[in-house]
Amino acid sequence: MSDASIQTNTDTREAGFGDYFALLKPRVMSLVVFTALVGLLVAPVGVNPVVGLASILFIAVGGGASGALNMWWDADIDRKMRRTQSRPIPSGKVTEGEAFAIGMALSAMAVVMLSLAANLVAGALLAFTIFFYVAIYTMWLKRWTPQNIVIGGAAGAFPPMIGWAVATGGISIESVLMFALTFAWTPPHFWALALFTKGDYANAGVPMLTVTHGRRATRTHILGYSLVLAVVAIALGLTSIGGPVYMAVALILNGMFIKGAWDVFRRDDAASDADKHKAERGLFKLSLAYLFLHYGALLVEASLKPFGLGGWG
Amino acid sequence: MAIKVDHELHKRRLSRNIGVGVALILFVGLVYGLTVAKVSDLYKPAPTMSEVSE
Repeated sequence: MSDASIQTNTDTREAGFGDYFALLKPRVMSLVVFTALVGLLVAPVGVNPVVGLASILFIAVGGGASGALNMWWDADIDRKMRRTQSRPIPSGKVTEGEAFAIGMALSAMAVVMLSLAANLVAGALLAFTIFFYVAIYTMWLKRWTPQNIVIGGAAGAFPPMIGWAVATGGISIESVLMFALTFAWTPPHFWALALFTKGDYANAGVPMLTVTHGRRATRTHILGYSLVLAVVAIALGLTSIGGPVYMAVALILNGMFIKGAWDVFRRDDAASDADKHKAERGLFKLSLAYLFLHYGALLVEASLKPFGLGGWG
Repeated sequence: MAIKVDHELHKRRLSRNIGVGVALILFVGLVYGLTVAKVSDLYKPAPTMSEVSE
């Protein structure tokens, strides 16, 4: 092999900064940042802005690091699914070893720095979140049980609890219910997606509910979890961080969500194929707005409090 | 012939190096800001009795 051929081979695989950044799953990270920020801002205790900013950044880095470790472990199935084939490892831009090293280094850095910047409770919750997402969800449950999404969703639900812990140094009913909101939202969100991206998960051998129990059972599960989600969302509105604005938003959105889930439940695959999964796509889109608007309403309640408004008075 | 001409490879690595450099500088700035914030909080005057009773 000549020098030139070695050089050419290296050139085609050279990764840019953006490829390493993509390992951190920026879109997931934006949800982590937003929900953690809401958890921090709605807490009854104020935080120094610099400490708050640094804490949110370290939570984001911790979340991103677990994304890199997820890509490292799942590189084999990411190569098989159309949705994930362009990720940095399957596309050949970043090696699995690099993803592992970046994930481990950033995880350790984020946990230590959050513990120092905020408190040990927040640091421990972040460490548990990374462990839960990587070891419990990615390495164990994802390829073993069709309930993978249900239990794995807990990892994505921790950020508001961590944000709350940054401010208060503890856990309370409000932070547990914020956790429960994202936790109960995750299954119908992903199963609605799985209903119109059929084939992808089956090709990769991931036991998605649509594959193991069929699409009829998935539709039933979506409706069931939507009802649980509504109860959690309303219960959160009755706590000290809820209020009339949040409750109005929750009532409207949960009404729409249950209606969307009912429409998905009522139809069969033939009807779904006929209109290119209109109801399933609609429910998935609504689920994106659902979470954003619920946390946004909590933020509105918190921002009204200094003016004597917001909350239940 | 100039011997300092960058190889194309190094030119493309430039973005990566700049990215890592900027991230490190931001990290140092953040730790500095955190230190100032933490130390300032330590030296805040103690609340008066009337503030405590409020």
